[in-house]
Amino acid sequence: MTAPFNLWVYLSTTPLLWLSITLLAFLAADALSRLTNRNPLANPVLIAVIFVATLLMLTGTDYKVYFNGAQFVHFLLGPATVALALPLYRNWPLVRRNLLPMAAALLVGSATALVSTLAIALAFGLPRDILASLAPKSVTAAVAMAISEQLGGVPALTAVLVISTGIIGAVMVTPLMNAMRIRNFAARGFAVGLVSHGIGTARAFSVDSVAGTFSGIAMGLNAVATALIAPIFLLLM
Amino acid sequence: MVRGFVLLLLCQLAGEAFSRALALPVPGPVLGLVLLFASLQLYQRVSGTDRAAVGESDVGRVSDGLLQNLALLFVPAGVGVVQHLKLIEDHGLAIAVVLIGSTAITLIVTVLVFLAVARWVDGAAGEAKP
Repeated sequence: MTAPFNLWVYLSTTPLLWLSITLLAFLAADALSRLTNRNPLANPVLIAVIFVATLLMLTGTDYKVYFNGAQFVHFLLGPATVALALPLYRNWPLVRRNLLPMAAALLVGSATALVSTLAIALAFGLPRDILASLAPKSVTAAVAMAISEQLGGVPALTAVLVISTGIIGAVMVTPLMNAMRIRNFAARGFAVGLVSHGIGTARAFSVDSVAGTFSGIAMGLNAVATALIAPIFLLLM
Repeated sequence: MVRGFVLLLLCQLAGEAFSRALALPVPGPVLGLVLLFASLQLYQRVSGTDRAAVGESDVGRVSDGLLQNLALLFVPAGVGVVQHLKLIEDHGLAIAVVLIGSTAITLIVTVLVFLAVARWVDGAAGEAKP
């Protein structure tokens, strides 16, 4: 009885255990996603989060303990954002031809994301700190948390709302765009990157490399646009 | 491999430094992206190499590896949901409607604006779409 317990006590305090579990959960989730032929509903992030969150609750492990191990994966979000320069460079001739549509879609899309979020949230009478936490939900996690704090929201809650928005957009985009009969993968990618940041971009890359490129660009542009306009909209509400 | 990773980190570091020092609203990693892109453009102009050739380089291999596994990197932040179970109990339905509703509206509006302007540009340039 005590030997396995002692082993657990040791393992649960080293970063190794939860780092390994994060990677294993993702491998399993990715295998499931492949098995369903990349069905959008079998979103790898969603499945992996459910696996790990369930395990944390079953073992009564604190999120801080978990993050102690998982931070090594989390850290790579920064370099991965920089790495988006590569597909941008490769597809630059195509991107340059679409500068005007991108600028227009960014301005209108960024404002639409904010207004629709705040309007629906107000209609439900959600408290102001949740409102402020929701406002930057389409922006990539690290940036959204900074915006949320600036607006008087709860950054940790914003992180969860950002990931949820990412998953929802990644699940929704393929069926929605197919139903609308939109075959322009630059436009599809740009829309999902604007709404669903890196998770949308991951989905877009798994469908089409042009879509992934435009998604990555939209993610970077919307981070800047939302940081600039979110304070204005929240003041008006 | 290591050289490619160092290049990504240095770009991010420079981006963070710029962003903080000048108090810019642009996040560090996004400035890092711009910096790496500008360097690649400059390199291409000087050397005249094919754009696809970047995939063979150190930084190309590391970047492609990271981007192929981009989804994994969001798992730790997503697991943070366990800290907010009480809030989900209280406001979960409203938040779900906000997230789903706003995501659908924004996807549709963004893609339609993109396509409308793209068509207008093509029309103005007098090009027929294939």
